[in-house]
Amino acid sequence: MEGLLYLEDGTVFLGKGFGFPKTSVGELVFNTSMTGYQEILTDPSYTGQIINFTYPLIGNYGITESENESNEIHAFGAIAKHICFEPSNYKSIDNIDQWLFNRKVPGLFEIDTRAVTRKIREFGAMKCVISNENISIADAKKLCEESMLRQDYMKTVGTKEMIHIPGNGPKVSVLDFGVKTNILNELKKRDCDVYLFPYNSTAQQLLSVNPDGLFLTNGPGDPKEATEAVNEIRLLLHKIPIFGICMGHQILAQAVGGTTYKMKYGHRGGNHGVFDKDTGRSIITSQNHGFAVNAESILLTGMEITHINLNDRTVEGMKHQSLPVFSVQFHPEAAPGPNDSSYLFDRFLTLMKGGTLHA
Amino acid sequence: MPKNPNLKKIIILGSGPIVIGQAAEFDYSGTQACKAIREEGIETVLVNSNPATIMTDPGIADKVYLEPLKAEFLEKIIEKEQPDGILAGFGGQTALNLAMDLADRGTLKKYNVSLLGVNQQSIQKAEDRDAFKQLMLEIDEPIPPSIIATSLEECEAFAEEVGYPLIIRPAYTLGGTGGGFAKNKEELILQCQIGMENSSIGQILLEKSVAGWKEIEYEVMRDAKDNCIIICNMENFDPVGVHTGDSIVVAPSQTLRDTEYQMLRNASLKIIRSLKIEGGCNIQFALDPKSSRYIVIEVNPRVSRSSALASKAAGYPIAKIAAKIALGYSLDELKNYVTGDTSACFEPALDYCVVKFPTWPFDKFQTASRKLGTQMKATGEVMAISNSFENALLKALTSFDNKNDGLRIPWIQELSSEELWNKLSIPNDQRIYVLAEALRRNITINDLHEKTQIDPWFLNGLKRITDMEQNLATSPLTPKLMLEAEAMGFTDQEIKDLSKVHRSAMQDIRIYNDIFPVYKMVDTCSGEFECRTPYYYSCFDKEDESRISNQKKVLVIGSGPIRIGQGIEFDYCCVHGIWALQKAGYEAIMINNNPETVSTDFDTSDKLYFESLHMDDVMNVIKKERPEGVIVQFGGQTSLNLAQRLAERSIHILGTNYTSIDLAEDREKFSQLLAELNIPTPKGFAITTMQEAFTAVKQLEYPLVVRPSYVIGGRAMQVVYNDLELEKYLKEAVSLSTEHPVLIDRYIQGKEIEVDAIADGDDILIPGIMEHIEKTGVHSGDSISVYPPYTLSEKVINTLTNYTKKIAKALNVNGLINIQYACDGEEIYVIEVNPRASRTVPILSKVTGIPMVQLAVNVMLGDKLKNMGFGTGLAVNQTLHAVKVPVFSSEKLTDMDVALGPEMKSTGEVLGLDSEFSHAVYKGFVASGVLIPTKGNLYISLRDSEKTQSSIDLLKKYCKCGFSIFGSKGTVEYLNQNKIQASLLPEEDVLWGIQNKNIHLVVNVPEHMNDPESQAFHIRRKATDYRVPVLTCMDTAKAFLLAIQIEQQKKETTSIKVKALEEYLQ
Repeated sequence: MEGLLYLEDGTVFLGKGFGFPKTSVGELVFNTSMTGYQEILTDPSYTGQIINFTYPLIGNYGITESENESNEIHAFGAIAKHICFEPSNYKSIDNIDQWLFNRKVPGLFEIDTRAVTRKIREFGAMKCVISNENISIADAKKLCEESMLRQDYMKTVGTKEMIHIPGNGPKVSVLDFGVKTNILNELKKRDCDVYLFPYNSTAQQLLSVNPDGLFLTNGPGDPKEATEAVNEIRLLLHKIPIFGICMGHQILAQAVGGTTYKMKYGHRGGNHGVFDKDTGRSIITSQNHGFAVNAESILLTGMEITHINLNDRTVEGMKHQSLPVFSVQFHPEAAPGPNDSSYLFDRFLTLMKGGTLHA
Repeated sequence: MPKNPNLKKIIILGSGPIVIGQAAEFDYSGTQACKAIREEGIETVLVNSNPATIMTDPGIADKVYLEPLKAEFLEKIIEKEQPDGILAGFGGQTALNLAMDLADRGTLKKYNVSLLGVNQQSIQKAEDRDAFKQLMLEIDEPIPPSIIATSLEECEAFAEEVGYPLIIRPAYTLGGTGGGFAKNKEELILQCQIGMENSSIGQILLEKSVAGWKEIEYEVMRDAKDNCIIICNMENFDPVGVHTGDSIVVAPSQTLRDTEYQMLRNASLKIIRSLKIEGGCNIQFALDPKSSRYIVIEVNPRVSRSSALASKAAGYPIAKIAAKIALGYSLDELKNYVTGDTSACFEPALDYCVVKFPTWPFDKFQTASRKLGTQMKATGEVMAISNSFENALLKALTSFDNKNDGLRIPWIQELSSEELWNKLSIPNDQRIYVLAEALRRNITINDLHEKTQIDPWFLNGLKRITDMEQNLATSPLTPKLMLEAEAMGFTDQEIKDLSKVHRSAMQDIRIYNDIFPVYKMVDTCSGEFECRTPYYYSCFDKEDESRISNQKKVLVIGSGPIRIGQGIEFDYCCVHGIWALQKAGYEAIMINNNPETVSTDFDTSDKLYFESLHMDDVMNVIKKERPEGVIVQFGGQTSLNLAQRLAERSIHILGTNYTSIDLAEDREKFSQLLAELNIPTPKGFAITTMQEAFTAVKQLEYPLVVRPSYVIGGRAMQVVYNDLELEKYLKEAVSLSTEHPVLIDRYIQGKEIEVDAIADGDDILIPGIMEHIEKTGVHSGDSISVYPPYTLSEKVINTLTNYTKKIAKALNVNGLINIQYACDGEEIYVIEVNPRASRTVPILSKVTGIPMVQLAVNVMLGDKLKNMGFGTGLAVNQTLHAVKVPVFSSEKLTDMDVALGPEMKSTGEVLGLDSEFSHAVYKGFVASGVLIPTKGNLYISLRDSEKTQSSIDLLKKYCKCGFSIFGSKGTVEYLNQNKIQASLLPEEDVLWGIQNKNIHLVVNVPEHMNDPESQAFHIRRKATDYRVPVLTCMDTAKAFLLAIQIEQQKKETTSIKVKALEEYLQ
C-alpha cells in the first residue's frame, strides 16, 4: 500500500500505508511522547487531527484492552517512521496495523517524521491530507483546498445523554467535551459519584443532581466555538466548586471573561516542565493542546495564574482568588504521560468537601 | 533557589585509574562538573591520580592535584586548600568511598567542609545492603525477598516460602567465590553447602532470583527543592542476570507500555526523594515480562556509566546540571544548554533509537572465561544512534575496528545445530552472532525467547537483519533493495559479499539513485524546539539537517571504545586536537562512537558526528563536510588504520602522510630505513608460514619476541624461548596468512626507554624521555615508567635524541611520533615506532608543561616548532619526578593471568608526582591501590634466569626490612646457598597463608604464563583475589621496596608533601 501526506503549503511526503485504506483531511500535529500511542490515538481531543509521532518506532508493545482513552480512535490518521507488525507485551491483543484497520483509520509509515515535525515547527500546525489509497498528488491537493476543518468537535464528540457512574463519595457533574477515560478513572478512584452530562446541558441540568462539584473535561476544537458551554458555566461560577482540564480550562477562562488564542503548533507530549506557584516546585506534565489562555486576559477577572510552562511561559493553570474554582491546561490524568500532577484531583476533592484553594 | 553564596572554593574528586566498571565516563562527568562550577566564579580544586584524563589538565580546574585518592592525602590537600565543599558524586565509587572515609575520619568536620550533592546518610542508605532494604520497605518499594542463613534448614524453609530460582551468595568472600544459582531443592542444598564452606563465617545470603526478567534503568535527577525529572530510561537486550555494563542496552525502553514506563518512573522519583539526593542517580529495576510486577535491583547515588550513556543518548548534560544543583540551583532555574532557551526542568524526548554495545578484553586474555554474569567484564562500549533498532545495532557492531562487518561470523556459521543450541545456554560476548545464526537456521523466535528470555521484540529485530542477508543473497540488487539494506545498516562490504555485485556496480547504483545517508540532530526535544547544538547521527531518510559552513574545517577521527592498549589517553589527544584547531581558527569536526568520552560531549567540538568509525561512515561524513584535511594520528591505532584507505581515496591526511605511516609500520621497509640511517634494531623477520619461521630462527637466537603485524597494545605478543613454544604460538595464538604476517624478532634484554616527540620536517621537540623500571619483555603499557630518566647517562640521552631526530626526519613525520628503545648496556636499539599520539603524551604534556597536541596541530597546519616558544631538541628536565604505575582489573577478570609479559594487560594508570624520587614511587604505588606491607612473610618463586646476584642483593634488603622469606623448592635452595634464610612452603600452605593473611607479599617471576593448571598460576590468582600484592618482575620488586621503606618510616615522619601540578612546574 503506497501512502501520501499532502500539506496545505504544497509539501508532499511519500511513504507506505497501513491501517484502513482511506483518505482523510485534518489538522497536522506532532506528538513527542515515546510511549502511549494507543492512549493518544483514542484520546477524543485529537478528533479532527492527524498525528505525526516523533518517536520513530510505533506499535512495539501492541494494543491492549485496558489502555483506551475512549471507545474509538479519534485521530483522523497516524503517521510514523516505522510501525511494528510483531509487537511484544504480555497484554497485547492486536498489532497497530490491524487495530487501525478494524477502527477504519488510515495510517502512514516510512515517512521522515522528523522532517514533518520541523515543518510544523517552522510553519505551524496546518491542514493536510493523508491517504493510503493511491490517490494522486493532484487529487490530494484538490481535496485539501476544498476541505474546511471543523473547529467545534467538542460539541459532538462527548456523550449524547447523561450517564451515571455511581460512587459513594462526593457527587460530581462532569460536562463532557470529549472526556478521557482516565479522568473518569481518577474520579472513580476517589470514589466520586459521577454524572456525565452531554455538551448542550444547561446550568440547571448540571445542578439538577445536587452535585458537590463541577468538572469540565478535555476536548477537541477551538474553545471559542463553545459559546453555549461558556455561558452556562458563567452561571455556575459562584455556585459550586469547579475544576477544569485543558478544554475545560479554556472554557472556564472565557466564562470569567478571559480569551484564548491559537498557538503556532501547540504542546503535545509528556515532557514539559510546569511551575506550580502554590507549591513553589515544578512538575513534568502530559500535554495536548493547540490553544491557550491569554495571560493578560484573565488578570482582572478574579483569576490568578497558578501554573506556568517553563519553556514558553504560557499559562498552564489558574485559580480564582476567592471562589473554589481552578483549572489546568495540562493533563493531570496523564494516560499517557507522567503522574506528577494527580494531586490536583485531590485538591478538587478537598474543595468539594468544603476546603479552600487558599491555605 | 540560587546558588549558595558561601561556596567559594570546591574540591572535586576524580575516579582515579581506569578499571573495568570505572572508565572514561568519569573523566567526562568530572570535566563537565569542573567547567560548570568554574563558570560560576567558584574556585575549583581537582584531585585525581589518573594522568591520562582531560580533567587533570591545566585549564579545566583552577588547581590540579595529581595525588593518590586516599584519605591521608586528601586530608593534606584539604588542610592546605581550605575548601568550602567537596563534590564526590562525579568520581564513581572511588570518590564516594573516599568521601565516606573523610567523613568517618572526622576530616570534613575538622575543616568544616560540606559534602555537596549527596550526603553521608544518602550514600549509606544506597550502598549498605541492610540500610537499603530497610529504606525500600519504608517507602513500600519492592525488593527481592532475601534472608541471611547459616543452616540448611533455614534455606529450605525460605525456598518453600518464596520459590525458585534462588541466588546464593556467601558472606565475606572476595570475587564472589562460592556463589551460585539454584533452580530446585537439589541444587539449593548443594549450592548452600558450598556457599557456607566458602564463607569465612559460614553465612550465606539467599535471595529470590529474578533472572530472565526485563532489566530497565532510569536516570533520575533531583534538586534541593525536590523537583525531580527522568533524563532517560533504558532497556537491556539481555535480561536480568547479565551485568548492565556487559549488556547490549537500548534507549529509550522499547517494550514497555506507557503504564509500565510510568509505574517505574513513579518508583524512581519516590526512591530519589527518599534518598534526598541532590544531583543525578541511576536506578535499576527488574520487570516481570508476564505481569508488570517489578523489583528494585540497585541504586547508584551518583553519576555513573549509565548516566554518561544517558547524557549522550538524550543530549542532556547530566553531570553539568548535577554540578549546578550541587551549588544550590534548582532545575527550573536552569536552561537547557542544548536548545539554548527552553528549561532544564523537562524530560528529554528522543526521536531515534540508541544502542549501546560493550567491548570485552577476551582477545587478550586467553585464559579468561567469556561467560557474562553479574560481574562486569567489559572495558568499554560504543553507542550508535538511528531511527531503527536494526540500524543502530548494526552501526554499533561495525564500530569495532578489525572485527566483522555485520552479524555473520564464519566459525559460528559452521557450528552444528547442537553446538549452536548449547552455546545459547550461557550468555557470552558472542551470543548475538549465535542468535543470528539460529535465526538463519529457522529456529523460531519463540524457541529462542524460551531459551534466552530475550524479549521477542529484539529477536524480531535480529530476524529482520538475517532476512535481509537472505534477500541480498537471493534477489538481484535493485536500487530499492540496496537502499533498504543500507538503511538497515549493512556496510558496503557486507552488501558486496552477500549480493556478489561488484563494488563498482554498487557505486553506480548508489550514485545514480543518490543512496547516501542524511544527518539528523540530537536535540533533546524530538524537533519541538530549535536547537543550537551541532550533534548529529546518520540515517537514511529524506531531510538532511547538517548545515555546512563556509569555514575552513578539519575532521578529527576518534579512537572508539576504551580497550586495553587503547585507553582514555587517545580521547585526551583528540580533544586537545579539537581545541588546538579551534584556536587556529578552524571549524573542528569530531567523529567518534564512544559515549563515555569528553570528545563526544555536546560542547567539545564545533560539530560532532556520533557515528561508527567504519570506513563507510567516515567517508560519508567526509563527503558531507568536505574538510580541508583529516587528522588520523590522535585516535590511536583505530584512526591510524584508516589512513591507507583514506589515502587511496585521495583524502588529505593532515600531518604525517600515509606513505610515512606505512613505512613506519611495515617491518621490512622500516628495517631497511634504519639500516640506511645506521640505527640498530633487533634483527627480525616477517614470516607468513611455519617454514619461514624456522628458517628465520636459524638466523636469530632464542629468546625471540613474536607478534602479529599491525597490533593494538601488543595483542598476542609473546616471548618464546624454544622451538616448541614457537610452534605452539604460531598454531594457536595467531592465524598465519600472507596478508597478516607474524613478526619474529631477537629479544633484546635491557632497559626500555620511551621517547615522544613533535616533528615539523626540520626540527623536533622532545618534551621528555621516560625510562621504564622493568626491563624489556614487559609491555610498555604495563611497566612502571619514570620521568625524567633516572639511570641514563648523558651519552645515552644524546644518542636517543639523535636517533629520534634522524628517524622523524627520515620518516617525514609531521606531528607526533612515539619511539620505544631498548638499551642492553652497550647499544641502543629501536624496538617500535608509532607515527601517532601515544599513551605517554598526556603524561608528558602535564609534567613538562609543553602542550604536545597543540604543537602537533600547529605543525600540521604548517607552523614551525622554532616559532612556537617551546624550543627544539630535547627540552630541559623539570625539577620533579613522575612515576607512572599501571593498574590492572584483575579482580574483575577472575581467571586471567596477572603475570607481566609482552602482552598488555593493564586497563589504566596512575601517576606519582613528587620532588623526591622515592616519594614519587611511593605515591604511584599508593595511588594504584596496591596495599603496601611493612613487614611479614614474603613468598618467592623465581625462574632460573632470575636466580642472579642482583636478586640475592634485593632479597637481602627485604630481609633487612623485616620480611621473612618463604619460597618454592628451587628458589629456596638457591637462596639458602646464597646465605639467605628462606623456608620451603608447599603450594597448599601458600594458598592457605594468602587466604588467612599470613603471607603479605608474593614475588613470582614465572617461567611460563597463561597456564591455569600450573602451581604458580594458582598462587598468583589467589594472591590477587585476596589483595596480597603480587610482583612478577624483580625490577618491580626493587621499586616496591622503596615504597615499603617509605611506608615503614611514614608513621614517624609526615615528610610526604602534596602539591598542585602548577606548583611543581613553577
